Amino acid sequence: MIKEMLSSRVIYWLILVMFMLGPFGMILQKNLVKKIMAMNVMQVAVIAFFLVLGQKEGATLPIEIQGLMGAVNYINPLPHALMLTAIVVSLSITGVALALLLLVQKQYGELEEDELIRRMNQ
Amino acid sequence: MMEQLPALLILIPLLTALASPLLSYLSGRLVRCTALAALLAAVFCAVGILTRVLSEGTWHYRFGGWEPPWGIEYAVDPLAGALAVLITFINFMALIYAKTEMEDATRTKKGVFYALFLLTTAGLLGMTVTGDVFNLYVFLEISSLSTYALIASGGKRAIFAAFRYLIIGTVGGTFYLLGVGYLYAVTGTLNMADMAVKIQPLLNTPAVIVAIASIVAGMGIKMALFPLHGWLPDAHTYAPTPISAIISGIMIKVPAYVIFRMLYFVIGAGEGPVQQALTVIGCIGAAGIIHGSIMAIAQKEFKRILAYSSMAQIGYVAVGLSIGNVYGLIGALFHVLNHAVMKSCLFMVAGAVKWRTGEYRIDKIMQVSKKLPLTMFAFLVAAFSMVGLPPTAGFFSKWYLVLGAFEAGKWPFIVVIILSGLLNAVYFFRIIENTFLRKKEGAEAEAEEKEIQTATGLELPLTMLVPILILGAGVLIIGVSNQQIISQVIQYALPGGGF
Repeated sequence: MIKEMLSSRVIYWLILVMFMLGPFGMILQKNLVKKIMAMNVMQVAVIAFFLVLGQKEGATLPIEIQGLMGAVNYINPLPHALMLTAIVVSLSITGVALALLLLVQKQYGELEEDELIRRMNQ
Repeated sequence: MMEQLPALLILIPLLTALASPLLSYLSGRLVRCTALAALLAAVFCAVGILTRVLSEGTWHYRFGGWEPPWGIEYAVDPLAGALAVLITFINFMALIYAKTEMEDATRTKKGVFYALFLLTTAGLLGMTVTGDVFNLYVFLEISSLSTYALIASGGKRAIFAAFRYLIIGTVGGTFYLLGVGYLYAVTGTLNMADMAVKIQPLLNTPAVIVAIASIVAGMGIKMALFPLHGWLPDAHTYAPTPISAIISGIMIKVPAYVIFRMLYFVIGAGEGPVQQALTVIGCIGAAGIIHGSIMAIAQKEFKRILAYSSMAQIGYVAVGLSIGNVYGLIGALFHVLNHAVMKSCLFMVAGAVKWRTGEYRIDKIMQVSKKLPLTMFAFLVAAFSMVGLPPTAGFFSKWYLVLGAFEAGKWPFIVVIILSGLLNAVYFFRIIENTFLRKKEGAEAEAEEKEIQTATGLELPLTMLVPILILGAGVLIIGVSNQQIISQVIQYALPGGGF
């Protein structure tokens, strides 16, 4: 009963909370590195969402070990495959973002947004 | 060869992009020539695809021979084909223009610049021709990532503008991915054609409503719809000019196309949630038109005026989608074409003025028309088109939008469209007044700037002048031949294949 409720409802609420933490952090945090971290949290939430979609109780990996067992006994591999791509995308976005931050830091010597904008407008 | 055109369209820019940094070790000129050749080849591919699609209907290209819904399919219909031609053409023009921008860059920087430029093109083309919603996300991120880097190459302030765009743009991409997740959860497919069939009985379920909301929010961020436009002015202003031209001309149109594709072709705009989403898009689009136009009046820098004006112009596309009848959609699609041509022309003019006088501030570029007569003439044509004077192209898209709004009885949109025409006239007249009419006073007139000589004796280097003139002429040609363009291309691009 509890397990049922956890897997069909609570997990999605948790993912929603995690997803919303992203924009929340990006808006409220003034430090640019923290903004990137918030962005990552948001992306991870979507990745988790896809993985939950592909999950199934009591099923196994979709690999043929001793003959095929029928579709019911396998988890859905497609979301996992998609999320590999999404992880790569998120990794490269983080990479570009950190590279830009290096340049910002070099340029202005500051990563706190308020101070940065003040220095930019001088 | 002909059979593989949709794949070649993406692969030529993509592979050339990978080769560019390597080629840059050999010579800077070689990179540039290869990049130009690749984009020219892409233009021909796109034209070839469009002609075939117009005569034979939607072209389903199966990647690797895998049947959809298992494999990834490229589905090119007249809408995607026409947009692909537009993308390749404008990017080709911008790449020609980029030469002066990259003149004193090192070879490595040149290589990286052209690689990123081609990657952006490949990403945008991929977004248009793909028939798979997840594939679209990947291409979206390819084009966005390379654009962030390109914007950052514009110098000091551009870096922070690019970072801001990256943060906001990624939120957009993530929202789109979330929407795709919901659509996948209810339909179990990622192929657009397959999804369009399977989603029909599920239209009013909460999952589909959430999916529509996330996709519209995500793509709204990418296309800078009104309250989500925060990244646009800085990114447009500080990016290098050819990049400003393509992000304003193309980058913000392709997400609009994605919204059009998802709402009209995949989910199907009939009753229910899609209609409500379209109403929201129309309202914020109209708000964006007014907000963007007023903000543009308040600006002093040439490129910043154009940036706010882009934000206003994307509102027209949103309004057209929201009107939703045949005239409204024709107006929206025609405006995508018009705005891409005229706004990239205007940005290039701004870059040319900066090259000649070293100034972006419009109160410092008095009587620049004497020094740049041809360029400023192209500017005049494009500016008239933005205001919406016949026979320039801008008049006709507004005409169709007004016609559509009239037919649908949506009066507020008519008021907004006409009002914004007046506001456009205000800020363009300010530029025209400064550049053509106002004379320099006393001391300034005496301190005549140094004469800049070009190799050919023309007012600008040929690589800058030619794209400006072609696009300026394009505005007139599109305006004069609007009937042909609509009856031969755009009407087939509508959902259901026209009237």
